[in-house]
Amino acid sequence: MKLKDILEALEGELLTPNADLEQEISCAFGSDLISDILHCTKEATLLLTGLTNPQIIRLSDMIDVLGIVFVRGKRPADELIEMAEERDLPLILTKFTLYKTSGILYNVGLRSCKIDG
Amino acid sequence: MAEHWHFSEGIDEAEAREFLANPPEPEMTHHLGIEARDFVNGGKASADIKLLLKRLGVDSKILRRVAIASYEAEINIIAHSHGGTISANIYGDRVYIILLDRGPGVENLEKAMTPGWSTADDQVREMGFGAGLGLPNIQKNSDVMHIVSAKGQNTRLEVLVYF
Repeated sequence: MKLKDILEALEGELLTPNADLEQEISCAFGSDLISDILHCTKEATLLLTGLTNPQIIRLSDMIDVLGIVFVRGKRPADELIEMAEERDLPLILTKFTLYKTSGILYNVGLRSCKIDG
Repeated sequence: MAEHWHFSEGIDEAEAREFLANPPEPEMTHHLGIEARDFVNGGKASADIKLLLKRLGVDSKILRRVAIASYEAEINIIAHSHGGTISANIYGDRVYIILLDRGPGVENLEKAMTPGWSTADDQVREMGFGAGLGLPNIQKNSDVMHIVSAKGQNTRLEVLVYF
């Protein structure tokens, strides 16, 4: 699935205009807990989260993140968007909840990322 | 003083204990201060360490383990201590990370090692931390982990990851 398909399915707003919409997104993981994300994800993944503090971007310095979807219409600050742009990390904003976002993406065929523990 | 040791499977325990007791001169070292509650810069030190090791050609799976262990430990200092330091000493076959803080110490180390147990306050939880997986995540990604602490004392955490 491509980034543009995810953007469309989530009726989302692309917060990083320079992102490559043709980028392949293979899987996703949703959580509002940083340690859960570090603990569980075993491969490069799209993150679905309600966290909008800079640590969610810092996380992508530690593990392979393909992009971040901010749920519940929580718009991150400009500084966070700049941090993402420096890293070529695409950001999407959707009005849907974490549950609904996950359901929509699962239904259109985006699988869950491989997890550990 | 309470202490906790962890050796992952296949590690030469005697060699590792001797190494930590008398660490040789590292080939390279990276040292940074960490401020309490600095969630803006938090993680920079660990990102730097990861990048440094990446440039040295360390395998990506190892990089990931070092980054996660180091990051969780760095966040622990930010979230739970009065500030401290992180040092990564790099050798040909391993990285030795030492984290020192200025208190207030871990009251119950055994509980702190239990997945899901956390003393994080609301501010820390709002940032997405406080899942109670910090120390367990460090242990999971370390070859050797050694932590020494007590209530009212400084905490010393040492991590070894072999390349």
